[in-house]
This record gives sequence, C-alpha cells and structure tokens, in this order.
Amino acid sequence: MKQAYAWSAIAAIVLASTTGDVLLSRAMKQVGDVGALWRRSGLWTVMGRVLQNPNFLLGILAMTVAFYSLLFGLSWGDVSLVAPASASLTFVTNAVAARVFLHERVDHRRWMAALLVAGGVVLLAA
Amino acid sequence: MTFRKYLVLAGVTLCASIGDSLLSRGMKQVGSISLNHLPDVILAVLNPSVALGILLLLGFFASYMTALSWADLTYVLPATSLGYVLLTLIAKFYLHETVTTSRWTGVLLISAAVGFVTQGPALTHHPPKAQPHEAECEPASARND
Repeated sequence: MKQAYAWSAIAAIVLASTTGDVLLSRAMKQVGDVGALWRRSGLWTVMGRVLQNPNFLLGILAMTVAFYSLLFGLSWGDVSLVAPASASLTFVTNAVAARVFLHERVDHRRWMAALLVAGGVVLLAA
Repeated sequence: MTFRKYLVLAGVTLCASIGDSLLSRGMKQVGSISLNHLPDVILAVLNPSVALGILLLLGFFASYMTALSWADLTYVLPATSLGYVLLTLIAKFYLHETVTTSRWTGVLLISAAVGFVTQGPALTHHPPKAQPHEAECEPASARND
C-alpha cells in the first residue's frame, strides 16, 4: 500500500514540477531577455515585471506543490525510488509539455537529450 | 549563444550542485530536528554552510529564470543537468565516496545529453503572427508594391 502512495506522490511531483517549469518558462519569455532589459531599464524594472507576471506566481505555486509532494513522497517511499523516478520522469514530461504548451521545436536532438538525462539520473541513483 | 549566456548556464549548474551540497553538510552539522522543536529549523539558518547554501540556491533560481528568458525549457534543462555529473565528481574526489560503474555510466549518458543539446539552437523562433485585420485593411496600391 505504501508503494502505491509513493507512486501517487511521484505522479504529483512530476505533474506539479512540469506545470511549474512550463509556467515559469512562459513567464520569462513574456518578460523578455533579462540581461537586455536590465541594461536598458535597471534591476527594479526587471524585478517588477517578473513579480507582477501571473504565470510566474502560478509557477512558484506549482513548484511549492511539487516540493511538498516530494516531502510526502519521501515519507512514504525510499529516497532511492522517489528522487530519481520523479527527476527522470520530469525530464520526459517537460519535453512533451514544452512541445504542446510552449510550442517549442523539440527535434530528435532534444528528445535524445531528455531521454539520456532521464536514463542517466536513474543510473546515478542505482 | 554568447559567452555571457554560457556563464549563466554555468551559474545554474554550479549554484544548484554546490548549494545542495552545502545545505546537506550544514543540516548534518545541525543534527536532526524534532517536530516538537520546529523553531530549530529557523536557527539552522545561522549555520554558515546552511546560510551559504541558501544564498547559492537563490543564485541558482535567478540564473535559471535568466536562462529561461532567452532559451527554450527543453534546452535549459538538459544543458544544466551537468550538475548531476558535478555532484558525482564531488562525491568521488572531495567526499571520497565509492562511485560504482553504473553511476559512471549515468555520468556518461548525461554528458552525452549535454553535448547533444548544446549543439542545437537555444531558442525556437516563432514566426510573427499574421495580422488578418491589418492585411484586410491594407490598400490595394500598397499590396501591389
């Protein structure tokens, strides 16, 4: 039963973390190149634009949910299962979500990279 | 990709892995915290390793947000996964932990992934959306130019 709880926590971590990454990425694309904006208008303008962006705030909320799901997951399952499983699955779901929601061009090179990192993370935790 | 942008990606990688290591070392120095003594968590910030770890993780977040402002998510995530490799090297050469063959294989896979993704473009360029209303309103003479 604990194994089922651990996997549901892993699913929650992957979902919340992917949502957070997509929202944060969308927010930063809306803000624009931070370096150029900083040189043009100063640090406070950059901070203001980032902190007032609704996608940024929702992204932080999703990341908070992912963090607490990780804590629950670690209390239900072994760290050697929860941490690598959630990290490696997140790489793959991020590639899918970036293609669908951010319309990024995920070519064979990026798919390969996401799968290699996912496999590498699993091996590191083995 | 400019040198400055590679520096930002290096900042994401270094701040995350060194920050995590410092937090781990600091929390081991602080010792286990009981749920009955939750204020101890706040006092843990006074530990120099924990404080430096938090500062580096703030640096990680700032660098990560900066990278996402000019690069795709599917570029930034694999490109900055070298942190896993760095953590393994710290474990092997600084903490003198045993690193198994499967872990070295994982390091190789991640390094290959970074090599793959950094050879491609960092950002997807979306063509500007057509303005149907403006196109309809455009005078015929302008279209013939």
